[in-house]
Amino acid sequence: MNPIVETVLKRLGLGAVTLLVVSVIISFAVGLLPGDFAKAVLGQSATPETVAAFQREIGLDRSPVVRYVEWIGGVVRGDFGESYAGAGSLGEHRRQVADLIAPRLTNTLILAGVAALVAVPLALVLGLLAALYRNGIFDRAVNLVTLTAISSPEFFLAYVLMLFLAVRWPLFHALSSVSPDISPLEHLQRIALPALTLVLVIVAHMMRMTRAAIINLLASPYIEMARLKGLSPARVIVRHALPNAWAPIANVVALNLAYLIVGVVVVEVVFAYPGIGQLMVDAVSKRDLPVVQGCALIFAATYILLNLAADIVAIVTNPRLLHPR
Amino acid sequence: MSTESLDAAPTAIDALPVAPRRGWRERGWRELRGAPVSALFGLAVVLIYVTIAVLAPLLAPYGETELVGGPFEPWGKPFLLGTDQLGRDMLSRLIFGARNTIGIAFLTTALAFGLGGLLGLMAAVLGGWTDQLMSRGVDVLMAIPQLIFALVLLSILGSSLLNLVLIIAVLDSTRVFRLTRAVAMNVVVMDFVEAARLQGERLAWVMTREVLPNILPPLVAEFGLRFCFVFLTISALSFLGLGIQPPTADWGSMVRENATLITYGDVTPLLPAGAIALLTVAVNFVVDWFLHKTSGLRDER
Repeated sequence: MNPIVETVLKRLGLGAVTLLVVSVIISFAVGLLPGDFAKAVLGQSATPETVAAFQREIGLDRSPVVRYVEWIGGVVRGDFGESYAGAGSLGEHRRQVADLIAPRLTNTLILAGVAALVAVPLALVLGLLAALYRNGIFDRAVNLVTLTAISSPEFFLAYVLMLFLAVRWPLFHALSSVSPDISPLEHLQRIALPALTLVLVIVAHMMRMTRAAIINLLASPYIEMARLKGLSPARVIVRHALPNAWAPIANVVALNLAYLIVGVVVVEVVFAYPGIGQLMVDAVSKRDLPVVQGCALIFAATYILLNLAADIVAIVTNPRLLHPR
Repeated sequence: MSTESLDAAPTAIDALPVAPRRGWRERGWRELRGAPVSALFGLAVVLIYVTIAVLAPLLAPYGETELVGGPFEPWGKPFLLGTDQLGRDMLSRLIFGARNTIGIAFLTTALAFGLGGLLGLMAAVLGGWTDQLMSRGVDVLMAIPQLIFALVLLSILGSSLLNLVLIIAVLDSTRVFRLTRAVAMNVVVMDFVEAARLQGERLAWVMTREVLPNILPPLVAEFGLRFCFVFLTISALSFLGLGIQPPTADWGSMVRENATLITYGDVTPLLPAGAIALLTVAVNFVVDWFLHKTSGLRDER
């Protein structure tokens, strides 16, 4: 078999195993529930009968293995179970977790997608410029700004933007309330501020990593050789440096898109954007476990897939990785 | 380290004029004078924060949870920075917040280093299946984003202060484990470690007296960076209402509680958020300088 295909398949297999183990952890964590959990969800007025019924329903009377198989069997069919909200009423008020997640997942993907589309090209160009003119004024200024952006909590950046761009000068919407019946353009307009916050954070991270990767590369002897031959700087970058830069750049992009996943949680709460991050935070404070599990599985799977994609790009563009030491 | 015994050995180097050894105080002073502005700024900020945290009850004009006026009173007299949503003095809450927020983050980081450092050293020194088992376990834990993992655990265990500290410490110790193991691996293969092993020294001795002193600089730098990370994570969780619980004064929750003021164009909620940002920037500056110092760019003369 082609060695590249073989290595990629091995890596895919490893990713699948990781995902499996992660799903096991998320499912088994339920076994750590404290004894008074049913009371905490159902309220102090719950009768012993409802408590018993509820415990039977979350499956604490069955073995963890049976519980896991049932849960994951549902998940692959798109059934994440029922939300605890309204549990104990044993009636028709129960909501399917999948129905709760689906519309919000779309919203989050729109937000993250817009942020990534703006941030990735911007960060790569800025990082390249900083690396080419390193230790210059541009590089130092950018270094200071990005370090500050990285060190600030996301909610600080978000509220600063809200204060200046929505309240003092009302250019954008302060809160990103969206509904399915508004036009795509309107949707974009309403998520401008959360997207901008995410772009700032991601660009800062991605730019610094791109700069480091390129500087690392420009220090190699073969680049110096190309320069000494008298090639133009543009040719050195495009023909000599870039082919070797794809792997580190793909890594940088994937790592930061994975970072985006965590960033959306806080930003969605600040701007009251109905995405999956806000859903998860709400579910955690209500201790609505099926919803938390569903969201966590989606976040973790995205994270693993992005890292997997970066590895595969690295393997395909850099044949040296086919022969580990 | 082993430089002491080398200095005493009678070699040709002794014939050269050697500058007298300086005391640590003098050396520290010289280092500080040569430090870049950013590092000095960072050190100054960290010192001020620590002073405020330690002296909080003396500095704060009012009590931490004392109701002193109406809700959302404006800046001025008698409340320098106004009052919060319940009528507590904002300035006093900020000062007590320094103590709570920094103290809890510091404690968590220390726990993470104790756990991760110990296991990382053990993995490096013992090697074999112990190392394999621990490393694979850490790989799996790191395959889930930390904030998401923390959210799952908090929803199951409930958000109390003890749970928060333990969860973040355990999750963060995975990174400490990775770093400690990686740097310790380079030291474990050296001859003096082998010699100590052949002498029959106990595991604890090899770990703490032979390996640990040689990997300390990167660990100290990492402590600074991890502190920033833990500090930001706990602040984010508190901001989401899942971290440090009221009525404890804490910067993350203070932002959430007073966030409505932003829509009226008031900057008060930005103060605690800015305080968080300033501290992390300062620590980053100091760590940058420290890394530069210890990464072989030392100036011995």
